[in-house]
Amino acid sequence: MASAPLLEIQAIAFERDDRTLFSDVSVCLAAGEIMQVSGPNGCGKTTLLHILATLKPPAHGQMLWRGDDIRADRFGYLADIAFIGHQPGLKLALSARENLIWCARLHGLPVSGKIDMALDRAGLSHCKDVPCSTLSAGQLRRVALAVLHLREALLWLLDEPLTALDHEGISELEAMFRSHLGEGGIIVFSSHQALSLAGVRNLPLTEYAASLN
Amino acid sequence: MFGESSFGGILRRDLLLAFRRGSDVLNPLFFFMMTTSLVPLATGPSASQLALIAPGIIWITALLATLLTLDGMFKDDFADGSLFQIILSPQPLWLLVLAKVLAHWLVAGLPITLVAPLLALMLALPDAGYVPMVIGLAIGTACFSMVGAVGAALTVALQRGGVLLSLIVMPLYFPVLIFGASAVHRAVEGQDYYPVLALLGAFFTFALLTAPFAAAAALKVGING
Repeated sequence: MASAPLLEIQAIAFERDDRTLFSDVSVCLAAGEIMQVSGPNGCGKTTLLHILATLKPPAHGQMLWRGDDIRADRFGYLADIAFIGHQPGLKLALSARENLIWCARLHGLPVSGKIDMALDRAGLSHCKDVPCSTLSAGQLRRVALAVLHLREALLWLLDEPLTALDHEGISELEAMFRSHLGEGGIIVFSSHQALSLAGVRNLPLTEYAASLN
Repeated sequence: MFGESSFGGILRRDLLLAFRRGSDVLNPLFFFMMTTSLVPLATGPSASQLALIAPGIIWITALLATLLTLDGMFKDDFADGSLFQIILSPQPLWLLVLAKVLAHWLVAGLPITLVAPLLALMLALPDAGYVPMVIGLAIGTACFSMVGAVGAALTVALQRGGVLLSLIVMPLYFPVLIFGASAVHRAVEGQDYYPVLALLGAFFTFALLTAPFAAAAALKVGING
């Protein structure tokens, strides 16, 4: 249990329009740990995930990955993370398969049988080749999550992954989480819903909110 | 060659999307053809008069047609979240921006360049003007795409960034317009047009060396509004 932390978040703060959204967020995550970022709308859950994904720079603080500052080897860190935002990054005019092929090429992965495997595991075997515009919101979410099977990233950063998923989808996602954690992965996700997964650490962002004045 | 790389992946996806949607190719092309066709209707069909203004008309409408398509270069990817995936790909962002720019030129600039001789025929452009016009447009529209990428990147997160985008990009298009149109004029007047095309080429090289880096930096700022 007491393994060295892979991801260390050290005193992260974020300011928007001279207002501090949150400050002094410090967390250490080791292999096999999962953390839920929670809090009401507008408290900065998405912003925190964007900072973790290096899409936004924090106002203060730093992040270490495997003991080194993320900024020192950004590409090395990016190769280890998979980020899925609010908008899943899919082109509706393309099929699920075409979207995944694009994603594989973008990350320099070989376009091979893994695409089919990822789509099958996401429960999309019957709609691999129809345009994504004909899929439902929940199915689109599944296509986005299929990327996780494809990428084999260590750290998953998921912004509201439960959105639009049905009960079956949520329990499948939990199974995915369980196997990823079992393989030594790390998951940081934001959600309002609680998962029926043991050992989820909670990060209530409101506790880090600066007092308004 | 680079089909399996991230560069090729972005290029192929953007071309496939443009092909599926159709409007990405047809909108600028129709705009280019329609506005150019309006000129003889408004100024009268006198061939000598049209020949005089033909180079300017074709260059101005080509510029405006390209400008029309710039707004969506990164904005579509921003809206559906795939821009984040591009930025988070462990590759130099300028290379991926270059793939988007190349796709944009193939979809907007190249068709305009190819259809321009037909419109020049309608505007009674003298024979000597065709070669410098096509060469100039091929280089010039590529400059439009590259310089435009910087403006499109800066305004990516703005709801109504279209006007701002035009204001940012338009002054940078002036040299391309001046050199491009003057190459055709000089050829028509029987003068040597190579030096002017060479200047256009120099502008292209300068844009190629700076615009992808500037656009990549602008994207990282632009995504945060």
